Amino acid sequence: MNLRKLAIAASVSAIGLSAALVSPAATAAEEQFFPVLAYRTGAYAPNGAPWANGFVDYMKLANVRGGVNGVKMIWEECETAYATDRGVECYERLKAKHGGATAVQPLSTGITFALTEKAPVDKIPVITAGYGRSESQNGAVFGWNFPLVGTYWSGADVLVQHIAKKEGGFDKLKGKKIALVYHDSPYGKEPIALLQERGKMHGFDVSLLPVAHPGVEQKATWLQIRQNKPDYVFLWGWGVMNSTAIKEAQATGYPREKMYGVWWSGAEPDVKDVGEGAKGYSALAMQHGAEPNSKVIKEVLASLHAKGQGTGPKEEVGQVLYMRGLISAMVQTEAVRVAQGRYGKGKRITGEQMRWGLENLNLDQKTLDALGFAGVMRPVHTTCIDHMGSGFARIHTWDGKKWNFSSDWYEADQKVLRPMVMLASAKYASEKKITPRTPEDCKK
Amino acid sequence: MAFFIETLLGGLMSGMLYSLVALGFVLIYKASGVFNFAQGAMVLFAALSMARFSEWIPEWLGMDNLFMANLLAIVVSALVMLAVAWLIEYLVLRHLVNQEGATLLMATLGIGYFLDGVGQTIFGSDIYKIDVGMPKEPVMMLESVFEGGILINKEDFVAAFIAAMLVLALTIFFQKTATGRALRAVADDHQAAQSIGIPLGRIWVIVWCVAGLTALVAGIIWGSKLGAQFSLSTVALRALPVVILGGLTSVPGAILGGLIIGVGEKLSEVYLGPYVGGGIEIWFAYMLALVFLLFRPQGLFGEKIIDRV
Repeated sequence: MNLRKLAIAASVSAIGLSAALVSPAATAAEEQFFPVLAYRTGAYAPNGAPWANGFVDYMKLANVRGGVNGVKMIWEECETAYATDRGVECYERLKAKHGGATAVQPLSTGITFALTEKAPVDKIPVITAGYGRSESQNGAVFGWNFPLVGTYWSGADVLVQHIAKKEGGFDKLKGKKIALVYHDSPYGKEPIALLQERGKMHGFDVSLLPVAHPGVEQKATWLQIRQNKPDYVFLWGWGVMNSTAIKEAQATGYPREKMYGVWWSGAEPDVKDVGEGAKGYSALAMQHGAEPNSKVIKEVLASLHAKGQGTGPKEEVGQVLYMRGLISAMVQTEAVRVAQGRYGKGKRITGEQMRWGLENLNLDQKTLDALGFAGVMRPVHTTCIDHMGSGFARIHTWDGKKWNFSSDWYEADQKVLRPMVMLASAKYASEKKITPRTPEDCKK
Repeated sequence: MAFFIETLLGGLMSGMLYSLVALGFVLIYKASGVFNFAQGAMVLFAALSMARFSEWIPEWLGMDNLFMANLLAIVVSALVMLAVAWLIEYLVLRHLVNQEGATLLMATLGIGYFLDGVGQTIFGSDIYKIDVGMPKEPVMMLESVFEGGILINKEDFVAAFIAAMLVLALTIFFQKTATGRALRAVADDHQAAQSIGIPLGRIWVIVWCVAGLTALVAGIIWGSKLGAQFSLSTVALRALPVVILGGLTSVPGAILGGLIIGVGEKLSEVYLGPYVGGGIEIWFAYMLALVFLLFRPQGLFGEKIIDRV
């Protein structure tokens, strides 16, 4: 046998051996695959990377803890650069890998819009913790979307509740002016309907100020704010748009104490290079804030980063967006556990079974405490009809060096949200010719 | 009236900053006939270099002096940009002498993507602070004339002044020095310039070095304003209508074009925006440039191209 034949024989043997060792049949029963649609490059990388690091770290932690009844989490990362087309491409590339994706978390409202029609066909749940379409809370129409823990409508509602409390009651909002500075994209436009609805209810005026991607040019926007002198500015930005907005507020002398960001505008990358200039700026905390002292973070540091197995820089662990990624992975892991409870412990579940798990999630305080999330978040309880599960939030304020909680817990008012959700989802169902699921369908 | 003046001044100062980036386009085009699509990437690369070295140098040297740290970071970043310029000439442009303009344009596109990627790989993709002591708080003027006064952004004002000084220096360089004249000769005709003994390679290195240093100034100013981060590369897109309007071969054109675009987009956003839903300033700048092209295709100060048959 000459050298060439020997090389070919060795290659064939190696392929055969590895196929035998990692065949789908051998691994399918023990591994649960999750695509990770991340963005570590481009204009939104400073915010996308910590989320992805937290997300991946929790899956690693779940595996260190022994997986879900022995089933290990596996994942593959795909770079979307926050572009809808690339996000859809990533989804298509990964959805059938490793026996099929269990669920997908796009971290982009634009990509979520694009995947909303694909998910029912592929039977893959789309989890959008704290983003996506607000009306997708209605599981009867949006059977595969899960805006767990909060939607933009719940966030905007909490912001209005907070300023009403500051002013001394909802009746004191009459005649007030609120300016919404928003990313001119599906994401940025989401809170408009809720704010206008609340504006009609309480008599305040909402002015809309869109900012074009990526949001680095806002001078004209802030000159308009200086002219109109709104009582409050709500910021619905992402990436560099957030820090630019705060810098422009400083440059035009608008008080940061009257600025409130959504939870995607309230993390360390949004304020750290503004430093003292951002002092007094507040934002929604989607339940959690920066949680460096939480039990789960101490476990991540000890089990992963101390052993050189962590994802991303150690200093970032426990920061706001890292926590968001961590919690996003935790809720999906717990949904796998719930689904296994019905379809077989220690077995790999399908996307359809995962949907059942997500619709029957019951993360009570005891469970959350046991997972290391005591003080970080409140219970989440989903149903077939309610895909959000909870609408709690707090406010945190930047003191020039770190985020501190500056309010107690609020809960979005379902009396306001529910009619809007029902109306918008009915319109969607009519446009897309969707027959809403009945309570009987939910039992299946 | 006060608000109109504020908007106008805001536009003029933004315009000066656009001019700073537009200058990079003009310099390269003027000297080599290449439309350098990598200019935005060079601004980003320079800003990232400045931000990270001003952070790393104090750590390495154990110093606590912000001024010295910034000074050293500027020197190191200038050397980095000179090295980048030399590498671009040595590895890419040298091999494309006398090629079609479209070929050179595509080469700069490639260089742009490469610099975007490699810059973030070396320096990171976070938002980094550049603190060169630019004033951040606004100042109120003419309070006795207008109710509430007129707000001036001191940072923009200082930036506009630096940009104006740079333009002045470059104009003198191009008009009054032998190297400047050689650069213009190369731009007119590569082959003719070579035939009279102008060393094309050296001239291209010089012009890319000057463009690199201009990118560093732009990167420091824009980075101080917005933070050193990926979006700085898109600032170059804001400078495109400026060079269309001002003319690709004119330094004064880049300035005037910048001012017109800056004022045009701010006034349009503030006064027309509310009627059409807002967010119009980016496309309005392009529309303004296109309308202008209909009447003056070579731009304000661009050289009219006449082909004789």
